Amino acid sequence: MAETETEAAGRELTMSRAMVEAIAGEMREDEEVFYMGEDVADYGGIFDSTEGLLEEFGHDRVMDVPISETAYIGAAVGAAQAGMRPIAELMFVDFFGVCMDQIYNGMAKNTYMSGGSFTVPMVLTTAVGGGYNDAGQHSQTLYGTFAHLPGMKVVVPSTAYDAKGLMHAAIRDDDPVVYMFHKRLMGIGWMPAPEGPKTPVPEEDYTIPFGEAAVRREGADATVVTLGLHVHRALSAAEELAAEGIETEVIDLRTLVPLDAETVLESVRKTGRLVVVDEDYRSFGLTGEVVARAAEGALSDLEAVERLGIPDVPIPYARPLENEVIPGTEDVAEAVRSVQG
Amino acid sequence: MPTVSELRGMYEEMVLARRYEERLQEEYLEGKQPAFDISAGPIPGELHLAAGHEASSAGVCRHLRDDDTVTAPHRPHHVAISKGVDLKRMTAEIFGRRTGLSKGKGGHMHLFDPDVNFACSGIIAQGCPPAVGAAMAAKKRNEDSVAVAFLGDGAIDQGAFLESLNLAAVRELPVVFVIEDNDWAISMPKERITDIEDGSRRAEGFAMSNTRVDYDDAVAVYEAAREAVGRARAGNGPTLLELQVHRRMGHFMGDAEAYRHDEDKEWAEKQDPIPKLATRLREEGVEDVDIEEIRERAHDRVEEVIRWAKDQPEPDPEEAYEDVFVGDVAAGVGGED
Repeated sequence: MAETETEAAGRELTMSRAMVEAIAGEMREDEEVFYMGEDVADYGGIFDSTEGLLEEFGHDRVMDVPISETAYIGAAVGAAQAGMRPIAELMFVDFFGVCMDQIYNGMAKNTYMSGGSFTVPMVLTTAVGGGYNDAGQHSQTLYGTFAHLPGMKVVVPSTAYDAKGLMHAAIRDDDPVVYMFHKRLMGIGWMPAPEGPKTPVPEEDYTIPFGEAAVRREGADATVVTLGLHVHRALSAAEELAAEGIETEVIDLRTLVPLDAETVLESVRKTGRLVVVDEDYRSFGLTGEVVARAAEGALSDLEAVERLGIPDVPIPYARPLENEVIPGTEDVAEAVRSVQG
Repeated sequence: MPTVSELRGMYEEMVLARRYEERLQEEYLEGKQPAFDISAGPIPGELHLAAGHEASSAGVCRHLRDDDTVTAPHRPHHVAISKGVDLKRMTAEIFGRRTGLSKGKGGHMHLFDPDVNFACSGIIAQGCPPAVGAAMAAKKRNEDSVAVAFLGDGAIDQGAFLESLNLAAVRELPVVFVIEDNDWAISMPKERITDIEDGSRRAEGFAMSNTRVDYDDAVAVYEAAREAVGRARAGNGPTLLELQVHRRMGHFMGDAEAYRHDEDKEWAEKQDPIPKLATRLREEGVEDVDIEEIRERAHDRVEEVIRWAKDQPEPDPEEAYEDVFVGDVAAGVGGED
């Protein structure tokens, strides 16, 4: 854990509480910030992303909207272009299919296409990830899809500390930011989180700058680059590997756009062995991108490369099938072993 | 008016569907109490139960044949039952078993049965365009089959639905859109998300026939659907039906419905179309003992399919790679390193 986090000791929050605290803080400071989405008001967000906001800010600033993603996400683009700082929630990232035009042809491109004369200072929050058998239309992360299309910053917190700091930064950012929170990390009552995402969180505001990966564990024998839920799986694997005498460095990317390639390169220069672990599809995605960056920047240091991701199949429902395709702790450990000389 | 035999058929389906949901609820909650953990228990994933929606599916599907297409949303079990989906294989799918309709790949929101032209989806209003497509195919082939898209009242603000209305209307396609209005879009009451209380009026903007059945009653649904399906089958174009139903079990299992007043829940409980139809059966001369027998048969059938499903094997992990493309084995664009 980063130094600042240990200093904050005392008060631990779940990731969802930390995320909400940042949103509430920004809403208090700036009347132009508002939140809209499905079931974000009285329900408090299906994944607790807005729990408690309605009570403080009311229905005008915490808006339930019709199931019309094209309309309300496009409306967020328009409100942002009018100078407000909207936050729009896409309940599951998988639902992007019904509204992607507003996201990738509008939100992401208008700054550029207007030669910088328009800005789109909005946040698109969305729940990602599987591991609870919600099958092909409710389990994806789609990290690579959003990171691939230019014009959106993409952030993926893995701890409560990061969730708060990245949210403050996202709302204050003058560009559109896609804030992808992993359901399994939120600390929701009905979907228990693993150990790890619940961390000490300072009461005061703070930001985490985009483009700074976090080294979650140091090690000289292999570099694991990952994000989101798999940071915690990689750390568990690293514990197991340490008992075997393999010291694994675990890098949490935290933001995909911008991507902190330098931290990856520094680690690879040290270990020579790179394992990239992703919860998105394997081909044409994050794992390939990170390996390419490593090859571009540290080719002569690379001795072995392995990547783990969803093996190019839609995410299946039954437990044995889902377990097969989503990389588990043991898969990470095995991948690290396989790159040892 | 439905014949006594039709009334009995609807009652059988409704009792079966209700019992099915009650038993799935029990199975689903096994291992999830007292602390609810979505990953525990014999049924994986989310579960959206349709108790209180039965009059809709029973009344509409009574007019359908196997070659008619039905698409359903994330709350599909009652529709699947009335359409005649293989209940054993559907149940095995819900339990994540290899002999399930989709070999365990789809789950309860993604049930597919080509034998009766049934499919459902977890994406709101996603079934509307494919229903239009099935109707288009029937019309092009000069067949008299029809298509019915079931959706919830929350779905009627979705582009896929509104675009489908227009396309179906302008092409005069044999399709019926059925809105099951249970007054809630998860936690959002209707008045918060639309100014139009009668969702069937969406059709007026597309010059499409439309009807709303304002009370939860299978016979009233039967009558409205008879006209709508008849219109489609006769080649006289699409219809938008809105049917008042009630949500008795929350949006999904685990939804504590903290946003919903107890009075609303209690009121919904009282609007039960099943005892209403039993009363009608008695009026038509059906004996109590017959009605009781229908109930017992439904209970036995549900026990039988659940027992069968739970005895089925889980898929092998390697089966995850099959069916990405026709012909079975995944092409695996990335392949193994």
